[in-house]
Amino acid sequence: MKIAVCIKRVPDSETRVKIASDGKSLDEAGVKFILNPYDEFAVEEALRRKEKAGSGEVVVIALGPAAAQETIRTALAMGADRGILLQSDRIPLDGLEVAQALAAEFKGAGFDLILFGKMAIDDYNHQVGPMVAELLDLPCVTTVAHLEIDGGKGVAEREIEGGVEVVEFPLPAVLTTDKGLNEPRYPALKGIMAAKKKPLEVKTVSLGGGGLELLALTPPPERKEGKIVGEGAAAVPELVRLLREEAKVL
Amino acid sequence: MSNVLAVLEQRDGALRKVSHEVVTGARRLADALGGSVEALVLAAGAVRGAEQVGRFGADKVITLTNAAFGLYAPEGYARAIAERVKSGTYGVVAFAASATGKDLAPRVAARLGRPLAQDVTDFGVEGGAVTVTRPVYAGKALLKLKITGAPALISLRPSVFTPVERPKAGAQETAAAGGSAGRVVVKQIKAAEAGTLDVAEAPIIVSGGRGLKEPANFKVLEELAAAFAGRAAVGASRAVVDAGWRPHAEQVGQTGKTVSPTLYVAVGISGAIQHLAGMRTSKVIVAINKDKDAPIFKVADYGIVGDLFEVVPKLTEEIKKTHG
Repeated sequence: MKIAVCIKRVPDSETRVKIASDGKSLDEAGVKFILNPYDEFAVEEALRRKEKAGSGEVVVIALGPAAAQETIRTALAMGADRGILLQSDRIPLDGLEVAQALAAEFKGAGFDLILFGKMAIDDYNHQVGPMVAELLDLPCVTTVAHLEIDGGKGVAEREIEGGVEVVEFPLPAVLTTDKGLNEPRYPALKGIMAAKKKPLEVKTVSLGGGGLELLALTPPPERKEGKIVGEGAAAVPELVRLLREEAKVL
Repeated sequence: MSNVLAVLEQRDGALRKVSHEVVTGARRLADALGGSVEALVLAAGAVRGAEQVGRFGADKVITLTNAAFGLYAPEGYARAIAERVKSGTYGVVAFAASATGKDLAPRVAARLGRPLAQDVTDFGVEGGAVTVTRPVYAGKALLKLKITGAPALISLRPSVFTPVERPKAGAQETAAAGGSAGRVVVKQIKAAEAGTLDVAEAPIIVSGGRGLKEPANFKVLEELAAAFAGRAAVGASRAVVDAGWRPHAEQVGQTGKTVSPTLYVAVGISGAIQHLAGMRTSKVIVAINKDKDAPIFKVADYGIVGDLFEVVPKLTEEIKKTHG
């Protein structure tokens, strides 16, 4: 099985977001970057599929700055075979621009599966996977939390409001992964050492401007200072009164 | 290019409530652009409730029918919507940022070669162009964007655009859509337990963390949620989901769901930064925690310091009285 996994370098989820002086970007000073958590499920799933098939290749691909090589090495340390960095100093706001660059890379490459995390925890764009599928005219299932593949056919389950959708699709296909699909492995020391020697190809890409213009990045509105209603169960009637009469939410 | 196409959702042949929010948002945009609202729903036949959306500001309601459109058909829906958009003059196409909408909108966007802004919480029109605000970094920051060109494709975060009555004609139109469901086929929906609401759409969320001490104790939260008479869902912190106490579907926070309910009750949750990010846009936040210095009290509108096992049952009792 030949599997591609698209990954992204993102700020750690514990990052305290500070806006840079341009008012349009994240101040990256002191920010720790990690492999996007949803992409870990995609990497893990690719490795398990390859292990199950007994042969094949897992290729990880990232679009981002030179520093994203580190992110690719993390996935290689987990067990992926080789990496490709589509190097661009700027990751476009417009997910379609990213999708077009990735689709160009995949055209004719003969992957059985192209996996993505369901979204990146920085831009929350939630769109690049299915866009790549459309551009390549491949079947796609998003936010997959359970997956079975038998020969050229797959069955995926995805969570929807109030239930789970059971979806059938043919391969080759594009899938985006959700939490719950698997438990990603930690890179072992042996894997980390091996990753240093694995091939990592860097290609410079030039991306269009896209149709989105960034006006501002701002902190969310401060919540007004709240109040401690009281202590213990005795405070409950007053809380309910405030919710009803002051907040008017009951 | 001033008309707005609102893409509605149905399940089992009945319109989903989130569709009222999409029409409400679409009406606001159409008024700002000086155009009309066309609502579009894809189904196998007539959709119950489609006749209602004129109330929320739809000038026209189009039901596109196809025998293969009973359940969500990603490729068939995307093709039909893209064709509809190309045949009209729309300034905006608005989806719900629901599980279906977030899957469907990117497909339509790619087919149209247009950018997409997902999970929008506010919008406007400046100099004829649509501007949107959307939370990034799980709500730790807000991104304001201008969408150049038309149509602007957006999906609206559930629970943010409270339905507002703005009666318009709501003229009904039905048309047959050609083609098949596509290669990706939804075989069935395994329904969750009757009466359970999803945290992404529930107007009230009662959320629990490590303070609950063990999985079985979530019963006190389930009882509190039940007291809200079908309006509340149970949520959970990352710690208890990672520990396997609660299903992933309930997780609120940066690697779970970002939610904006009317009322968020955080019980035994200290308030890790990634959790606060996921729920800080709630309209009203109540925190119940035994540690008076817990960070959750910094974002809460109302707090009670105390033992949740005493406070929550009392709250359940009082809420029952309110709803009784």
